Parts: sequence; structure tokens; C-alpha cells
Amino acid sequence: MSEPSASEPLLEVDAVSVRFGALIAVNQVSLRVARGEIVAIIGPNGAGKTTLLNAISGFYHPDEGRIAFDGKDRTRLQPPDVAALGIARTFQNVALFRGMSVLDNIMTGRLLKMHGSFLLEALYWGPAKRQELEHREFAERIIDFLEIQAIRKTPAGRLPYGLQKRVELARALAAEPKLLLLDEPMAGMNVEEKEDMCRFVLDTNREFGTTIALIEHDMGVVMDISDRVVVLDYGRKIADGRPEEVRRDRAVLDAYLGVA
Amino acid sequence: MDAVAKSTGARALDRERDTFPKLVRLNARRIGAKVAIREKDLGIWQSSTWSQYFAEARLIALGLASLGFARGDRVAIVGDNRPQLYWAVMAAQALGGVPVPIYQDSIEREMEYIIEHAEARFAVVEDQEQVDKLLSVRARCPHLRHVVYDDPRGMRSYSEPGLVSLDELRELGKKFEVGHPTHFDDEVARGAADDVAIICYTSGTTGAPKGAMLSHRNLIATAHNAALFEGLGGDEEVLSYLPMAWVGDHIFSYAQAIIMGFAINCPESAATVLSDLKEIAPTYFFGPPRIWESLLTGVMVRVEDAARPKRAMVHFFLRLAQDIERRRLGRQPVALWQRLLYPLGSLLVYGPLKDNLGLSRVRRAYTAGEAIGPEIFLFFRGLGVNVKQLYGMTEASVFVTIQRDGDVRLDTVGTPITDVEIRISDEGEVLLRSPGVFLGYARNPDATRETLEDGWIRSGDAGFLDHDGHLKIIDRAKDVSRLADGTIFAPKFLENKLKFSSYVREAVCFGQGRPCVTAFVNIDLTAVGNWAERRNIAYTSYADLAQRVEVYELIHREVERVNRSLAEDTVLRGAQVRRFLILHKELDPDDEEITRTRKVRRGYIAQKYAPLIEALYSGQDRVQVEAKVTYEDGRTGTMRADVRIRDVDVVPAPAAR
Repeated sequence: MSEPSASEPLLEVDAVSVRFGALIAVNQVSLRVARGEIVAIIGPNGAGKTTLLNAISGFYHPDEGRIAFDGKDRTRLQPPDVAALGIARTFQNVALFRGMSVLDNIMTGRLLKMHGSFLLEALYWGPAKRQELEHREFAERIIDFLEIQAIRKTPAGRLPYGLQKRVELARALAAEPKLLLLDEPMAGMNVEEKEDMCRFVLDTNREFGTTIALIEHDMGVVMDISDRVVVLDYGRKIADGRPEEVRRDRAVLDAYLGVA
Repeated sequence: MDAVAKSTGARALDRERDTFPKLVRLNARRIGAKVAIREKDLGIWQSSTWSQYFAEARLIALGLASLGFARGDRVAIVGDNRPQLYWAVMAAQALGGVPVPIYQDSIEREMEYIIEHAEARFAVVEDQEQVDKLLSVRARCPHLRHVVYDDPRGMRSYSEPGLVSLDELRELGKKFEVGHPTHFDDEVARGAADDVAIICYTSGTTGAPKGAMLSHRNLIATAHNAALFEGLGGDEEVLSYLPMAWVGDHIFSYAQAIIMGFAINCPESAATVLSDLKEIAPTYFFGPPRIWESLLTGVMVRVEDAARPKRAMVHFFLRLAQDIERRRLGRQPVALWQRLLYPLGSLLVYGPLKDNLGLSRVRRAYTAGEAIGPEIFLFFRGLGVNVKQLYGMTEASVFVTIQRDGDVRLDTVGTPITDVEIRISDEGEVLLRSPGVFLGYARNPDATRETLEDGWIRSGDAGFLDHDGHLKIIDRAKDVSRLADGTIFAPKFLENKLKFSSYVREAVCFGQGRPCVTAFVNIDLTAVGNWAERRNIAYTSYADLAQRVEVYELIHREVERVNRSLAEDTVLRGAQVRRFLILHKELDPDDEEITRTRKVRRGYIAQKYAPLIEALYSGQDRVQVEAKVTYEDGRTGTMRADVRIRDVDVVPAPAAR
């Protein structure tokens, strides 16, 4: 298997359309995400942002167009296969196992990395034990990274919303993704929680070199942390560029930002 | 290790044991395989032994030396309690430098002041957060040259000159050692007992922080005396969770740990302290009153969530334990049925509760800093946690007095520990002298002169020694005044005593320059209201309830209680409350009568209620009052009321024993 060159984009979305009956949610959208980049996808409600994210993560399949990840076409893959390729995501509405502890939730993020026989794992013996310890250590590193030591044994459902979002990020990171998709990571957070989350997103990008695509409504956050901003409106891409360029773009101002 | 301990006790310190680096080296030789420090990392308690402690500190010292560290250099230490930072403290001392720990939550301006004032050339810090602060401080404090950080997280893109990670520093140390194999031992050998061991900056409520300089001799002698006084062993476990910049942590987690060779435990993060406490179950524990208070609140909240039978059982046994403990402390007999029930309570309530709080192994615990509420104190003592009061100050290397086991009281701070002398000045201020008396404030001779006189420290606290030799702290000296006849009058002391009653919410005492003491009392609406309902006393409003004859009777009994306890006190006997009135309205921050943190604004109240005070001193038994009140919406109104005044009898001194 040849290593794709660094200059090659990690993700290429090429003229992708997604239809729900007569509704065209995503219409001929193309975008490229370079390695190590933080790309924000913005747009008014119903612009097709989450649909696009779902298409990338394999939850929806594009009706037209092509998606390539890491130099390989993956338009038709199912979500588990996409995850195995190295794409992890968080959800707009928190989707944790509410009755499970934070630690166990994070460990589920390691599932795809676990290989072993059911019997050995049940006996907690030999390679299975070694593997479990390795994964646990990895999970602990993430707990340390996201500063959630105090809640590692707390059932996820008992946590305040801001922390649940952080746990979701932890679970996504546990999969050691190449590409991290964040669907409104800061929605419903207060200013302090947002600042924390921004720091974690930036740190993830810098420490692990993870490429990040995120949907976000808070313009301050978007302008601060993203390298590039893609703007959708009614399923179409209307702008794509650096934050300060997008901020000045006429079409964007009309469609979304309002008169600045 | 006991041998180490015994020999360090002598006034003249052995040259081999007169500084902390030498003592650590000794520990590494004698008890090298014993755990010295534990830290929870990645969810697991990781331990380092005394030989690792020494080796790590040595490597850090060599690394610092390679950067040009000279004797007398000051090193700022900033971060949560981390083994690496304790090692850095020892490393600095080994090279003849002086560690200057700074509160990790200090803002840039505060840090800048201390670094500037201490002329620190080096800083060893925990993480990126502190590095960011120090780098911007460095822009304005050019003598700060080198910043060493422990946690590399987020530091990838930093490339400032003079910024090195602890790992890099260790590598530098290894290289330096090749060329200078005896450097470390030479420098340690040059250290002497009277070198400055640490500078602790006190966070004064007024004015700029002052840096108290403590020598190795100060710390070794005091820490050792306190350890002997309290019978500490080498097997103690301590949770190091209080800021390293606070002298108390330096004594408990550094000085005493090294001298006695016991283990300290660094919590995972500030947020996990309570669960770490439970996992470690220390044997030796220190907490200021607010920590005890928050532990208690945590328990009570969970009790209220429990099912009714459980709740009733817990309340019953907690009341029992407190009652027994109150009798014990008051040297009163404990009823037989109470004594018989206590073991059952231990089995059902006290034991599990202590276990859950992480206090089941505590052999001795302390509270200090300010007065602890008697109900909190009794709660923990009732559970069987040996919590005691301690009086100390930075300038005296902490320990001044401790309540001995079996000699614990609610209202004293105990007796002086070994080698501490206490004297009360003519103004009633506590003066003390001990081997722990500091060298002075760094670069602040004026403040040193004000505090230090012929080897005696002026504590700034007013207090006295009672007939059993127990020190009682009354008040800050500046709040204490005298009655017209010269009797000492400590308003806050009296007010606190009154407020210990659950029926009294606030109290304000007057007496400066007056013939006797009088008091304003604010009743606690919930407690008194409840009391009134149970007695079928009808009332319409706060003002109405406050002026009921029955309520006056109730408060009268409380004031008498305070007078009775004062009568036993030789010094304060003359300052009993002679007359009081119950205010018709609650003191309120909106009316500027108390601060938002519920501190009485004495001056303002005296001015606002001047007619009431005159009435108290005039012999009237009622007074008409008009007071301006501010409503929640900001409008103001005037309230008229008829306030009663009560006389209280003076309790004579009890017959001499």
C-alpha cells in the first residue's frame, strides 16, 4: 500500500448530491480538506450541513458524485467501514450511552482497534489482558488530555450538557481518527464551556495532527479556530476560503451573516 | 528514620543533617526503597521511593546548574502539587538557591510583583497555563531568564529562548554531570542551617504581599518539634492538596515528610481531591475550616437524599455523637445509655461515613486559619475523627500551639508546642518566640521591624492564656478596644459566641469607651419562627416576632449563656453583655449594614442606629425607632417601630478551684 503524499487532500468531496425524494439537501457540493486543516462548514438552518457530514461519515450515500478519503474512493462504504478508515464524529444531539460510565463510553471508541477472541477476553487472559490494558491506558491519556479525570466513573447521563459534549469528543478521539467530524460541538454551551471546547479542538489538531471538519453556528468560534470556512446555502456551496475572506464575501453576507 | 528525627531535634544541628537536601540524601540511604511520594497519573497511583526522590531532585539540580544557577538564586515554583515541583524545591536548595512558591491561580500582575520583588532568575512551573503567564511576566522582568516546565502538552509550538522542558533539563543535567561529577555534592556540602530555605509570600488582605524568609533551621526545628509533640511516625500518609505556595503545605508535605520519612500523595487534579482523599485515606490531615465545612455539607446533602428511615437513623446517631462529644469536651459525664448506643452508631453510621469521606485512618487532623463553627468541629469529633485546633503563622514556621490529644476544647487553640514561648503584650497582643521565628521579610526591613522585636514576633492577634495554659485567640488586635474602665473588649469574639446560638443570626456589640457592653441581636427567622410555631406563638412579621416578649426571653437565655461562659474567663469576665435589644429588621447588605460576605459594618451601624445605642446606655426600657429600609426593587421606605431593651445580669466568677 503506497502512502499518499502529504500534499494530497485527506478528504475530497466531488460534486456530491443527496436527495430526499424531491428535496435536494446537498446539491453538487465539492470540497477538499487538506491534512492537518480545521475546516468549518457554516450556513443557515436547513442549508444541508449535517446531511453533508452524514454523507462523509457514510451514514447517507450520495445520489451523485464521489467521495475520496486518504486517496481512495469510499462513496459506497458503510459507517463501520468508514470508521475503520479513520473518520470519527460527534453528534449534534449528544449520543452517548447514558447508563455507562464516562470511561466505558470512551472505551467503546476503541472497539475497532480491539482484536481478540471472545473466549480470551471473557477470561481476561494473555493477549486479551495485555490489549485491554493498552486500550485502557490510551483512554486514560484522552481523559487526561480533555481534563475529565474527576468524572471518569460517573454515568454519562448524569453529567451536565457541556461535559457530555466533551465526553463525546473523547470517544471520537479514542478511535485515533485521521479526520474528526464535529457537528455543532459548542451548541448550547455557555461562554466558558465554549472557550474550553475551542481549546480542546485546537489542542487536538496541534497535538495529534488530527484533521477536523466542524459545523458551527457561533461565528466568533468559527472565525477564531478554523483555517478555512465553507459556506452552504440551500444545499449549494456559495463560498470557500479563509475566514477573513469569507467574512467579506458578498454572497455570504446576503445569505447568512446578514448585513454586517 | 526515627534516628534521623531524634538527632535533628537538637538545637545545634548536626552538619550532616542541617539542610533538607542533606536529610533527603540520608533518607535515600536509610530508607531508599520506601515510598516517598505518590501521584495519580493516568488513573493509577504511581509511587516514587526516597532514592528516586533524591535522584530526581539531583538531576534537576544538575540541569539548573548547567544553566548557570548560582548560590542565592531564587526560583519561582508555580503549579499544582506535583512530585516534580517538590523535587525542584529540593534541587534549588541543594544548589544554595531559594525556592519561592507562588499561588498557581495568581493572575499575571500578582506573579509579576513576586518575581520582580524576589528577583527570581529561574522558574519551574507545571504546564502551559503557567508558562504563558511567566513568558508575559518575563517581558517586563528581564532578570527572569529560564523557565522550566513539566507538562509538555500544548508546548509543541513554543520556541522562546530560555524555555526548556523538565525532560530537556534532565538531559542537560546528565551532560553537566560528566564534566562536573562532584558539583552536586560540593554544593550540598556548602549548605548550612541558617541559609534561607524558602521565601513564602503571604497574601495580605491589605497592601503588597510580604515574603517571609525561613531558614533550614527554622523549618527543621519547628517541623520536628511539632512531630514529636504530636507523636508522628514514619508511616504517616498525607494528601498534599493545599497550595504549595502556602507555608502549611511546605511544612506538612515537604519539611515533615522529609524529617519523618513519611509518604505524601499528590491528587490527580483539583477537581478530584475528594475522591483521591477517599482512595488514600490519609493518617495525617490538615484542612482549613472551609474544607471541613464543605465535607460536612456534602454529607448532609446526601443524607437528605436518602430514604426516610435511613435519614432518621443518621440524624439520630449524629445527634447522639455530637451530644456525647460536647459533654466530653465540657468535661461532663456521658449518660450510660449514650455510651451503650455509641458502638451501634459506629457500626451503622460513623464507621461507614468516615470510610466514605476518607477519614477512617486519620490519627490526627487539624483545622486552623480562622474560628471553626462548633457544630462542624463536634460533627467530625463525634464521628471519631481526631480533629484538633492549631494556631500558627507563616512567620513562625507554622506551629505555635496545638491542642493535645485528650485536651481538646471548643474555644481554645491549644498549648504551645515544644520550645515555643508565648507572652501577651500590655495591649493584649499575642507575642511569640520559638526556633521557628523567621529571618525577616525579604527586602522589606520596615515590615520586619514592625513584626520582629528582639526575637519576638508580634502576631497581630489579640488573645490570652487561660489558667490551664491554653491560648485563646479573641480577635485581630486592631479590632480589640477597651471599656471606659479599661476592661478588654473584643467585639467579634462576643458576636461569634452569640452567633453560635442557632436562634441568633447576627449580633453587633458595642462598648469602646463605654461603661459596659451592649448588643444588637438579629434573630434567625427560620429557627425562631419554628420555635414560635411549636409553642403556638402567633406572629405576623419579622418585626412583630422580634419584639415578642417570649422571643426576648429566648434570646435573654442565650445572652446569659454567653455571659456564663465569659465568667469563667479571667480576662474577658468584665466584658459581659449587660443590655441588649433585638433589632426590628434584619441587617441587610442592600442597606449597607453588612457586606455581601456577611461581615458586620460596625461603624456604619453605630452611626445609623445612634439613637438605639444611646437608649442602650440610658436606662430606658423601650425606644422608638425610625429606620430607612431599601426594598428589593430599590425603592426606599421608612419603618417605625417600638423596640424593647432588656437588662441581663452579670454572672459572677465561679468559685476558685
